[in-house]
Amino acid sequence: MISLAGRDIMHAWGKFVFTGLGLGLLIGVTLSMAGIYRGMVDDAKALLDNSGADLWVVQKDTLGPYAESSSIYDDTWRSIRSMPGVARAANVTYLTMQVRQGQQDVRAMVTGIAPGEAGTPGWPPYLVAGRHLTRGHYEAVADIATGFALGDHLQIRRNHYTVVGLTRRMVSSGGDPMVFIPLKDAQEAQFLKDNDAIHQQRRRTAANPAFNRPQDPGLLDAIIASQSINPYVNAVLVQVDKDHNAELVAESIRRWKRLTVYTRSQMEAILVGKLIATSAKQIGMFLVILSTVSAAIVAFIIYTLTLGKIREIAVLKLIGTRNRTIAAMIMQQSVALGLIGFVVGKITATLVMAPIFPKYVLLEPLDSVRGFVVIVIICVLSSLIAIRAALKVDPAEAIGG
Amino acid sequence: MIEKGIKIEDLRKRYGKGDTAVDALKNVNIHVAPGEVVGLVGPSGSGKTTLLKCLGAVIEPTGGRMILGEEVIYDDGWKVRDLRALRRDKIGFIFQAPYLIPFLDVTDNVALLPMLAGQPNTAARQQALELLQALDIDHRARAMPSQLSGGEQQRVAIARGLVNRPPVILADEPTAPLDSERALAVIRILNDMARQFETAIIVVTHDEKIIPTFKRIYHIRDGVTYEETGEGREF
Repeated sequence: MISLAGRDIMHAWGKFVFTGLGLGLLIGVTLSMAGIYRGMVDDAKALLDNSGADLWVVQKDTLGPYAESSSIYDDTWRSIRSMPGVARAANVTYLTMQVRQGQQDVRAMVTGIAPGEAGTPGWPPYLVAGRHLTRGHYEAVADIATGFALGDHLQIRRNHYTVVGLTRRMVSSGGDPMVFIPLKDAQEAQFLKDNDAIHQQRRRTAANPAFNRPQDPGLLDAIIASQSINPYVNAVLVQVDKDHNAELVAESIRRWKRLTVYTRSQMEAILVGKLIATSAKQIGMFLVILSTVSAAIVAFIIYTLTLGKIREIAVLKLIGTRNRTIAAMIMQQSVALGLIGFVVGKITATLVMAPIFPKYVLLEPLDSVRGFVVIVIICVLSSLIAIRAALKVDPAEAIGG
Repeated sequence: MIEKGIKIEDLRKRYGKGDTAVDALKNVNIHVAPGEVVGLVGPSGSGKTTLLKCLGAVIEPTGGRMILGEEVIYDDGWKVRDLRALRRDKIGFIFQAPYLIPFLDVTDNVALLPMLAGQPNTAARQQALELLQALDIDHRARAMPSQLSGGEQQRVAIARGLVNRPPVILADEPTAPLDSERALAVIRILNDMARQFETAIIVVTHDEKIIPTFKRIYHIRDGVTYEETGEGREF
């Protein structure tokens, strides 16, 4: 038996191809939305993987350092480092801000890393150009997604930094590229005020009789000095000895240091389940809307095409064509439209949308398979209205009168 | 009872119920022998189309008897379970307009029926080509319906009606859109095919040009048929 659907498509290929192109763009957007969600999850995992940490020690009862603000004293790491099972411990600060370079600025997550060497928690695990930080001040290593190049001069707050190294896939959970600077500079940058603000703060402190006591010389200077330093970091990143259980080490730190400690799986749950949960819901909602619109388009097109063939369907029924043959013809056309749309959508998502989209779009093969199955199901369901209309056609319509 | 062809006895069809009931067919008696072409003529509203739909197993009569070949297909109720298969295998249709499937070429338009009946594509196409050859339209075998003239389309429609070698063909005003010459050509083809394939053909028409060509004519008026002997012009 010949394929009636195939013949009809070949006969009116322009109609199918152009409809498929339109549907394909919609499917391309849908696949890209799924890719954006996957990209967000992957960014979150990349953030955790690239930090090189097994445990995150943060301020008690907070979800820091990524989902909530957290501050702990910058000497805490020493006592943590001495605990059993801890191989390495290092301070880290995170500050999302606009980093200026020349006349432009780039949104980035400025990460303050403790002095050390490659492999120290918080450090970028590898470079694609240049070298790691070797000096205590005014050097930076940037992710290539920032667009910065080796030797570029960056402005963070009032200080200038030279880019000495470039790394790749070092991003925040929001997808912002990272810029690594020495910890002390980062601590300063977190609370560094402009000169007017510093002047105002000192004037207010001097005007406070509790701080400015003539009988207690040196107190005012000590208080002002304490106001100009930042003894806090956002977290201590911990690497656990290979022969120790991370959960047990975390429990020990929680008990003795009265701080909150997250393991890798707990931190991933926070990032994926809480930090990007709202975005995931929004994307999910868009996926539902786009799927509904796609279904409506397919249903409308197939229904219109079927109505245009009422007389032919009546003839087919009169000459003895089975209902299932007619239903199969319509369903096959609907699925063919979906196939054209999927191919166009996949190409659009892969070659057009993913490269130019400002966020990381991760198109996973399994998502494409799922998308394909969903499209086929949508096309099959969408064809039901047209099939119902076709099956209601009276073969007597082929006979005049 | 005739051995082949079609025989209709006291066929009735009533639309509606009670006070609004309309008797479209009251007492229809027709018999057409194999190889015979008869005319069915009547004014508008006389019941021609209703009769055609009953004969074509598209609507169910209210009463009477229909015998197709050697098989009683209706006797105050359908005696055949699969009417679709009955239409496909035992009844050929030729319509006022050719109603060819626009997305199939000439060969496949004709071969579709045997394919639907389960014949392999190659055999069905071969059968279609032989018929197209008999109808002198085989040179357009690969053409699409939109590329054919009206006369050519009608010949393809005739081939489609004949392809399953049905014992009866119902032709609903097959010459209406054609000029005199082409109309007579179509009737000549129908006569040839009826003789060649032993098919009984009923031609519903009110085309004055072709009425003299029938040897027997059934007039239908107010749902009742009257038989008349025609001129039966020889071709």
